[in-house]
Amino acid sequence: MHEVSLIESVVALVEEERRKQYFERVRVIRLRLGALGHAEPEALRFCFDAVTNGTVAAGARLEIEMVPGEGWCESCCRTVPLEERFATCPVCGADVRMTAGDELRVAEMEVE
Amino acid sequence: MCTVCGCGTAEPLESHDHHHPHHHGHHRHEHADQPIDFGSGPAGLQIAGLSPRRVISIERDILSKNQAFADANRLRLQRAGVFALNLVSSPGSGKTALLVRAITDLKQHYPIAVVEGDQQTSHDADRIRATGVPAVQINTGKGCHLDAHMVGHALDRLPLEAGGLLFIENVGNLVCPAGFDLGEAHKIVVLSVTEGEDKPLKYPDMFAAADVMLLNKSDLLPHLEFDVDSCIAAALRVNPHIRILAVSARTGQGLESFYAWIAAQAARSTASA
Repeated sequence: MHEVSLIESVVALVEEERRKQYFERVRVIRLRLGALGHAEPEALRFCFDAVTNGTVAAGARLEIEMVPGEGWCESCCRTVPLEERFATCPVCGADVRMTAGDELRVAEMEVE
Repeated sequence: MCTVCGCGTAEPLESHDHHHPHHHGHHRHEHADQPIDFGSGPAGLQIAGLSPRRVISIERDILSKNQAFADANRLRLQRAGVFALNLVSSPGSGKTALLVRAITDLKQHYPIAVVEGDQQTSHDADRIRATGVPAVQINTGKGCHLDAHMVGHALDRLPLEAGGLLFIENVGNLVCPAGFDLGEAHKIVVLSVTEGEDKPLKYPDMFAAADVMLLNKSDLLPHLEFDVDSCIAAALRVNPHIRILAVSARTGQGLESFYAWIAAQAARSTASA
C-alpha cells in the first residue's frame, strides 16, 4: 500500500506550503496522475481520509486529474498515444519513448 | 542527524536482551545492531486563525521530498567512494541468501556494509551480521518499501569506507520500491525461477527501473517447467537495456558474472566521482 506514503508526502507538501503562507484549512487538493504511473487513483482515494485525519489537510476533498499516456515515436517523428508503458508505436510498430503518463504531482489546492 | 530535513533520527528499538543500568530520559543511544523503527509516527499540527479562500498552485512531484533525500544520499556515497546497490524482488526470491553468499565471496576484496529493510523483525540483519559485516535493520512498520529518508539514517550508523560496497535489501515487494530512489547506483531486481516467467510483464515498473535482473535459484531449473527464454524476452520487452544473469545463491553458479559486473561498475563509478 504505498499509496499511504504517497498521501503522507502530499500532506508534507501541504504543510510546507503553509509554512510559506498561512491558511486555516484546505478545501480541495488536486493531484495530476499519469495513467501509466504506479499509483492507483482508487487506492489514493481510499486511504486519503484516514491518512489526512488529524493533519493540516483534514477534511479536504481529493480531486485527481488523469493524464493519458503518450510517447514520442522516432520513426514517425510524432507523439502517439500509449496504452501501456512499453507498448510500441500504434502506427508503425517502432519503439516509443514515453513522454507523458508517468505524472505523480500535486497540481494545486484550494485553501481558506 | 539528517542533512536534508534536520530531524534527529527515528526511534531505535531497545532490544529486549540488552539492558541498560541507567534511564535514558528523552535521550536515546543509537546502536548499529538495533532496528530503526519508522512504523510509529505522530500526526501533524493545526493552528487556529482565519484567511480568505484561494487557490494555491503547487506543481510539485509528490515524491520530490524523497528525491531530495535520495540526491543527498547519492552525493554522500559518491564522496565516500562507496558503490551502492538496491536489491528489490518479491518476498521469497532469495535476496538475503544471495547477499549472504555474495558477501562471503566478496568481503576479502571490498569493505561491505548492508542496509536491511523489512516490515518487522531483524532476522535478515542477523543473518548478514553472521557473515561478519556491519548491517543495519530498518523496520518500515506499515510501510511497504524503503524510502531515501530511512536509508539516510541507516547510513549514519554504518562505516562508509572508500572503495566499499553498500547493499540495500529492500522490502520484499515488486510494486512500491520501484518508485522510490534511495540514492543507489543501480537497482538489481531478483526473480527466482520458482515464480512465474511473466512477472516482468505483470510488474513492469520494477523491471523497467532495474539495470540488472538476477534469475535466482537456477539450480532448480531441471525440476521445473520454467521457460527461461520467455522470461528473458518478457524482461527485455519492458526494459531493452536490462542485463540478465542466471545465478544460484545455493550452488554459486553464475555469480562470478555478477561479481565481474560489480567490479566493473564500481570502478567506473569511482573513476567518475
